[in-house]
Amino acid sequence: MRRIIEKTVFGVSWVSVFLLVTALFFMLAYLMHRGSGVLGKGLIFGNVSPIDALLLKRQVFNGLFPAVMGTFALVLLAVAFAVPVGLAAGIYMAEYCHGWIRQVLTVLFDILAGLPSIVVGLAGFSFTIILHRAFPGRLGPCLLISSLAIGFLILPYLIRSTQMALESVSLSLRLTAPALGATRLQNIRYVLLPTRLPDILSGVILAIGRAAEDTAVIMLTGVVASAGLPRSIFEQFEALPFYIYYISSQYTNPEELQMGFGAAILLLTVCAVLFLSAFLIEQAISWRLRRY
Amino acid sequence: MKIHSGLPVHLFRLAALGCGFLTIAVFMMMLYLGWPLLTSGQFFVLLSQNWLPEQNIYGIYPMLTGSIAIAILSLCLSLPISLGTAFVAATLAPPKFRKLVMIMVRFMAGIPTVIYGFVAVFLLVPFMREQLAGGSGLNILTASLVLALLIAPTMIVFFVNGLGNVDKSYCLAVDAMGGRPIQKLLYLQLPQAWPTIIAGIIMGFGRAMGDTLISLMLAGNSIAVPHSVVDSGRTLTAHIALVIAADFASMEFKSIFACGLVLYGFSVIVVILLRYVTTVLLRPQS
Repeated sequence: MRRIIEKTVFGVSWVSVFLLVTALFFMLAYLMHRGSGVLGKGLIFGNVSPIDALLLKRQVFNGLFPAVMGTFALVLLAVAFAVPVGLAAGIYMAEYCHGWIRQVLTVLFDILAGLPSIVVGLAGFSFTIILHRAFPGRLGPCLLISSLAIGFLILPYLIRSTQMALESVSLSLRLTAPALGATRLQNIRYVLLPTRLPDILSGVILAIGRAAEDTAVIMLTGVVASAGLPRSIFEQFEALPFYIYYISSQYTNPEELQMGFGAAILLLTVCAVLFLSAFLIEQAISWRLRRY
Repeated sequence: MKIHSGLPVHLFRLAALGCGFLTIAVFMMMLYLGWPLLTSGQFFVLLSQNWLPEQNIYGIYPMLTGSIAIAILSLCLSLPISLGTAFVAATLAPPKFRKLVMIMVRFMAGIPTVIYGFVAVFLLVPFMREQLAGGSGLNILTASLVLALLIAPTMIVFFVNGLGNVDKSYCLAVDAMGGRPIQKLLYLQLPQAWPTIIAGIIMGFGRAMGDTLISLMLAGNSIAVPHSVVDSGRTLTAHIALVIAADFASMEFKSIFACGLVLYGFSVIVVILLRYVTTVLLRPQS
């Protein structure tokens, strides 16, 4: 009887790995099969020359350039908002926070990490409504609100990766500088952060990936299907993931659909590159640790 | 020696407390904007009513059932595959292959949700329409199948961590007695690691409930209460995304804050359950 159970579990396990690999393979192969035809500089820049588009001399109407720039601006702003706060909060959690405050904050950050992204988007939207009531101006959903909301979404990842990086420093290294008379702050600045910089960096890269792929948050806070290049942070903008979502339901002709497949490959490539760099940094760390 | 001193430390504290405060503020904002629903004592009525806008009834019961149905179905589809893959990645395969499987799993976790949805719209939906379910091809089963793929990496990572955390000396003991990997897995690692497995399942369920795009793109978004897996359905998350364009002052619009509050409450429950499982059940047995 036991033999049969063992054999079954063994077989089923390998079959499930096979299923997972097949699903992944089919997905990627289908994407490449349908989208490979449009890859090229026409996909991003349409029939405008790349130099003109980048220097903002001419507008791109039939390319993904506005969406790419929108996503780029969004990620840049979100990271600029979230990284300083996330790192500071992570350092505080790892080095200074004790007692019940630590317990409460840990639970709150866990809740934040588990919040569905649509709820974060709804919060950003609520924030806009409240702002609108308090200051009846023309501040509607815009790039600024979106990037604040995305920043808020990636905060828990940044806090957790910083905190875990600092807490994993070995006790002997942690005590060396204070034993030589360094203050706590000097210890963090000159010893703890530099030794753990790669871990923190790979945490930041993964957070960038989250910021680039999220659709639900920006859907509620200011992304639109056609807005052109983002001119100011108080205007609506385009973004790659939203463009892909929009095309899947609203495409009107085969060319648009082709662009959708192109955009999907582009977004996947961006995320794959981010994943690969985080992975390589991690490999470098584990290689270095093994050497010591 | 002054331990807590200087401006930087104050800034660190400000950042941490600020983030904590913001988490509570999110709840408060939704409460504030959804307040008209709560004061008229409608909140719990809303949870049990149907969505009939023409009769001024804006119940979110259909979305609640939609969310739970899709989450449970995707969990049922995903669990065996995730467990099997975790078994292979933790014990059954040779070390090199294990590493390869884990890289693939983590890459899958990094693929944007919208891409899973996009490919499914053009690959799975026509298949569903023509071969299996008929209709539009947009139904709960389609969404659950894709969602199962989406939540698998989360669960696998949890499972592999749990199975790998079993005390090394026990594993060596099994190896020394000539136990095969499958025996080590079934009679040592699995009984030892079950709290982490439960934690992974809770985590996967949480992700399935919280996902917006897959259900929005694939579940059909019909407003009726679903009765079978090939019925179209709407989730709480998709409902928020769909109604957001409506008139700000309408009751219809207020109902999305009820959805938001339910989802928020649900993630709090998930966190509490996870903490219970990992702290109380995972105490080192001595």
